[in-house]
Amino acid sequence: MSSEHTACVEIGGVPIALSTTSYHFFALLLRRYENFLSASVPEFALDFEIVDARPATDEDTCVRRDGEEWLIERGDFSARWNAREGTGLVRQNANPYSLDAVLRILHSLILAGRGGFLLHAASAICEGQAYLFSGISGAGKTTMTRLAPSDVTLLTDEISYVRPEVRDEVRDEVRHDAARASAAYRAFGTPFAGELAKPGENTSAPIGALFFLEKGPQNRIEPMPASEAVRRLMRNILFFAEDPALVEKLFASACELVASLPIRRLTFYPDPRVWEEVRRFGRDHPRGRSLHDGVKQEKLAHA
Amino acid sequence: MPDIYIARSSAIAARILAGEMMIMNSADSTFFTLNEVATAIWQAADGRTPLSQIVREHICGQYDVEAGQAQADAEQFVADLSHHGILLVSDRPFAPQASA
Repeated sequence: MSSEHTACVEIGGVPIALSTTSYHFFALLLRRYENFLSASVPEFALDFEIVDARPATDEDTCVRRDGEEWLIERGDFSARWNAREGTGLVRQNANPYSLDAVLRILHSLILAGRGGFLLHAASAICEGQAYLFSGISGAGKTTMTRLAPSDVTLLTDEISYVRPEVRDEVRDEVRHDAARASAAYRAFGTPFAGELAKPGENTSAPIGALFFLEKGPQNRIEPMPASEAVRRLMRNILFFAEDPALVEKLFASACELVASLPIRRLTFYPDPRVWEEVRRFGRDHPRGRSLHDGVKQEKLAHA
Repeated sequence: MPDIYIARSSAIAARILAGEMMIMNSADSTFFTLNEVATAIWQAADGRTPLSQIVREHICGQYDVEAGQAQADAEQFVADLSHHGILLVSDRPFAPQASA
């Protein structure tokens, strides 16, 4: 690689070497991912070529296969990613939001092959377990993190990093073996911040539960049918590629997670008492148990 | 009405979770859940068994339902899933590779 400056940024236990010839961009990168710099041997490498500034935008992200490579394009950047070689080239302006977007997309592609995903969810560690709070914009993800007591560790208020806890040598193998069936999940902190404008801690914990948020007059935690949990999960997983094989993998991963973890609807009134409910739930529900058995839906079929 | 044959599309992913059959069309990411009766039809959709035989053996034989009503409900169900590209429908048996 010809780039002069290289740093290894490790998010979710996936170390990626980020290289550039631009000192200015490199300094930006170091500041932005200060708490996620790593001395690990990189699994992947991205080379950044800085081009003329164009405005950052969330629109028109296009991720598609081109032979052995993925093409990732948005108004403010374009990238080629060779998944087999684990290398890529990014052309973007020196904009931290573009950089975040590129890394989110790259991690979503990497995670899809490992049974994990990025999820629109806040997450935090409480008493040794991670709790995820998912929902559409305005559902209360950032509010939950703002209400967290001081002993709770913030992982992210916007994009949660979820992957199964299985040995590397079996995680990409057949999905129905004993190791997969007993897989637990771990949530990692990410530097991808939402309204809170504060990166998460660079740490991780086994996931105790996933809550889908709704605001209401009082705090209430309720069971949710498995099908609704999978449906909501699929809606909130960050994925950009219109690729049937990867969609199938994500669907399988969503089903695995729903089968492995307690998934609940959390209706909450936005004051700190909601965290007492979360804490109580964690103590009452040992990790790794799911309570979906016996739930059925009545409709014959619906989209 | 002449008999029809049904086969599962190869462009879908299906999983049973907590007793529910969930199906995702990977081409357009649409998501379906099936109840117990619909699941029985889905699982029997091998592309070679006529729908009337599926209804007779897997629905009427297992559930307390009148045969004509079961056949009508099954045809409606097949039409719905066929419309979404989840089930393939033909007036003759599918070649072996056509079924999922």
